Amino acid sequence: MSTSEITRIVGAPVLRKEGVDKLLGRARYVDDIQREGMWFGATVRSTIPRGLIRSIGFDRRIDWSELTVVTAADIPGKNHVHLIVADQPCLADGQVNHCDEPILLLAHPDKHKLRDAVSAVHIEYDPLPPVFTIEESERQDVIVWGADNLFKSFLLEKGDVDPVWSTAAHIVEGEYRTGAQEHLYIENNGMIAEWNAETGVTVWGSLQCPYYVHRSLLAVFDLPEDKVRVIQTETGGAFGGKEDYPSTLAAHAALLAFKSRHVVKMVYDRMEDLAATTKRHPSRVRHRTALDKDGKLLAMDIDLATDGGAYSTLSSTVLSRATLHSPGPYACPNVRVRAHSWATNTVPYGAFRGFGAPQAIFAVERHMDEIAATIGLDPVELRRRNFLHDGDTTATEQVMHDPVILDRLLDRALSESDYHARRTRFVLENQSNPIKRGLGIAAFYHGSGFTGSGERYLNSLAGVDVTPEGKLRVLVASTEFGQGTNTVLSQIAAEAVGIDYDDVIMAPPDTSIVPNSGPTVASRTTMVVGHLIERAGVQLLKMLHDHAGLGAHYTSEEFFAACERYRAEHGKVESLCRYEAPPGIYWDDKTYHGEAYPAYVWAVQVAQVAVDTATYSAEVEEFWSVQEVGRVLNPVLAGGQIEGGIAQAMGYALYEKVLLQNGHMANNQMTNYIMPTAEDVPPIHVFFEQIPFRYGGFGAKGIGELPHDGPAPAVLNAIRDATGIGFHAIPLLPEDLFQELATRQPLVETAAV
Amino acid sequence: MSDSYPTIRLTVNGTNVAVQTPPMKRLLDVLREDLRLTGTKEGCGEGECGSCSVRMNGELVNSCLVPVLQAESANIQTVEGLAIDGELHPLQRAFLNCGGAQCGICTPGMLMAATQLLAVNPHPNMAEIREGLAGNLCRCTGFIRIFESVVAAAAGTALDSTEHAAHAR
Repeated sequence: MSTSEITRIVGAPVLRKEGVDKLLGRARYVDDIQREGMWFGATVRSTIPRGLIRSIGFDRRIDWSELTVVTAADIPGKNHVHLIVADQPCLADGQVNHCDEPILLLAHPDKHKLRDAVSAVHIEYDPLPPVFTIEESERQDVIVWGADNLFKSFLLEKGDVDPVWSTAAHIVEGEYRTGAQEHLYIENNGMIAEWNAETGVTVWGSLQCPYYVHRSLLAVFDLPEDKVRVIQTETGGAFGGKEDYPSTLAAHAALLAFKSRHVVKMVYDRMEDLAATTKRHPSRVRHRTALDKDGKLLAMDIDLATDGGAYSTLSSTVLSRATLHSPGPYACPNVRVRAHSWATNTVPYGAFRGFGAPQAIFAVERHMDEIAATIGLDPVELRRRNFLHDGDTTATEQVMHDPVILDRLLDRALSESDYHARRTRFVLENQSNPIKRGLGIAAFYHGSGFTGSGERYLNSLAGVDVTPEGKLRVLVASTEFGQGTNTVLSQIAAEAVGIDYDDVIMAPPDTSIVPNSGPTVASRTTMVVGHLIERAGVQLLKMLHDHAGLGAHYTSEEFFAACERYRAEHGKVESLCRYEAPPGIYWDDKTYHGEAYPAYVWAVQVAQVAVDTATYSAEVEEFWSVQEVGRVLNPVLAGGQIEGGIAQAMGYALYEKVLLQNGHMANNQMTNYIMPTAEDVPPIHVFFEQIPFRYGGFGAKGIGELPHDGPAPAVLNAIRDATGIGFHAIPLLPEDLFQELATRQPLVETAAV
Repeated sequence: MSDSYPTIRLTVNGTNVAVQTPPMKRLLDVLREDLRLTGTKEGCGEGECGSCSVRMNGELVNSCLVPVLQAESANIQTVEGLAIDGELHPLQRAFLNCGGAQCGICTPGMLMAATQLLAVNPHPNMAEIREGLAGNLCRCTGFIRIFESVVAAAAGTALDSTEHAAHAR
């Protein structure tokens, strides 16, 4: 279907599909569900970062006959969490590799008795030496994972960087670091499980990817596919934090249900959720860059390292995305990226909005400003001279066939923010004002969908059917957790079929009902799954035209009447479509060459930051974000994605510090893990340029992750602009600013004069 | 066993209720477990996130920090008490139209904070809106569309003036 034709529903700000339930407080999240005779579960966790379990003792003050106790020995199938590599046990068996690792599970009918019972389990250890940093891990003095502490390495090469250094006009080096970040969805992880000898395991929970949990439970229980059922409950935020972790929690709740023969609910409190669940990978990125005398990039040599934590989880794929985003949106003839993900004895790091890209883009976009300062070029001009354009190749030698409009995005960002006039004003004002203001820019892309051959392997299936009650029903395992899946897929279905939005409903996110449309991750749902729904809608119309007498023009009533004629003849009215790769997509996993992503989304962001030289606080005062994300299917929801991502990334840049002590998160409370509040978020101006992508749902590409990629470097570039000091690490807290500014203050004053 | 607990009487969304419960049980748990009003959510359990916000005698409180004995004879309003006869409250309508709710988990508490704000200040400026909602954390929206929702609700309707008089004190 052409993406340029006039649409009725796609592109309109229709209301959120499940919005009324959420506003009335009647949407049912996992902790809202009560079941008769339900028990509650709790987890006994390790208190040391690495060691052998010597003994497990049970305090006699507890009547243990009232409780169900599960250990690794109770697992009927495989004791591992099924993700990519089978290295993470579901329950520690003999050895622990990080603090807060699950060892034992307890269940009791009274949830208030569980806390005491957990504290009455005494575990003694023979400690082993732990590793806590990338540097300690890569030194390999202590091996804590595999043969070499290395989860994954990538080498990406384009041209040859080595001969360039001797002839380059400029060589600029820099090292950049990012910290861990907690998702801080407001609903903690939670799961309810039921065991039944006839039907097997059923879980209900807060999760992104029903079929990931399904696959994981198959392994833990050694059951056939039809004996495991996973149902997503209303999910109160996820951001990647409910991509991999629910596989662990679902297994725990199900093991307790299996052994106790009761329905078991496990809902973490905030402290447990913060201490025990995944976070964003910390990173260290080193850039060495050669430029000619005009500031054109000649070579980029990038060394990228991530801290993966104690088990591999998704570290290899996060590293892959970091690798592919590390050169930024620039044309450079010679690129080398060496990337490694290292094991440490902390809670495993996992998926988080952006998935490696925010780390890589922080480094390259901060580095661009350091280059500009070093060679004496305006940061805007440096970027403009090196932007990718149509027909250029990326570092993987992917040719940019679709339009690349970075210049247009930049021009609009500059004009909307009145960049040059503001900057001139700040330079003047900063001379006398103790509050120093600056503007910072970040330009970047984000690859939509799975990397490389990923979408082919996923082989997603999705579609629509028509219920006997006369509703068109969207059949996907793609879940809603605030980002708008229900609404946007319903819009696509209604548009494709030519009926009203209100005539479309979502099938329950239940693996016994919906096909596997792949995980709800990677900004793929609207683009990839949306396109499947669009195709399924067109296919359904053809079925009805060919076999049920549906005319070229029809009302809703005529459409559903045709559906009933079809049903009478064929039993059901269903149209499913399977993923087909866009033509010309070729990817080589071995050499890391080819079409890394089927489509890219692009953005230029501008941050205005004020640094108070008396209090050392940095405040984002205003923010502009101009992006090209294909076609915008719902402007209210799309704007909300951009704004929310920017706010979350501001926290990443300036507030959110995961403080590890002996590998345990010491600030595992909302009191001392600080996220932006209503008083901290600045006015955010959002602008879309729309270039429909013909293989995305009605022209859409991905939105969700893009906005989180740019704010951290934009904010720190603005701080550089304001103070003259380039900071190289986030989070950048007031104490970090104090340390630099307090010692270098006179230099700032001199520089300003 | 519950016979030994005192009976605590309170008014919730206009209805008188009596619960036999440990007096130190959190108001949040009484609402969610004893009264099955699960619209009020728990996000942090320590009064930081505001997901459990309810109105008590015309004040906004974190129900996770209120032992139910302190709510004896109190007038409690929760998210379930906003809509009247199935008609969305103007704030609920505004949140729906403006995109003020995404995942929805902070929404009940945010709605109660916004209700409180408009009850005492029917036409708040942006700084007052930010301050009024500062105790309620939202991780999805970046707050921008929540601010717009409150602005829209305030522009469209002044809240019921009798309620304002009753609760503004």
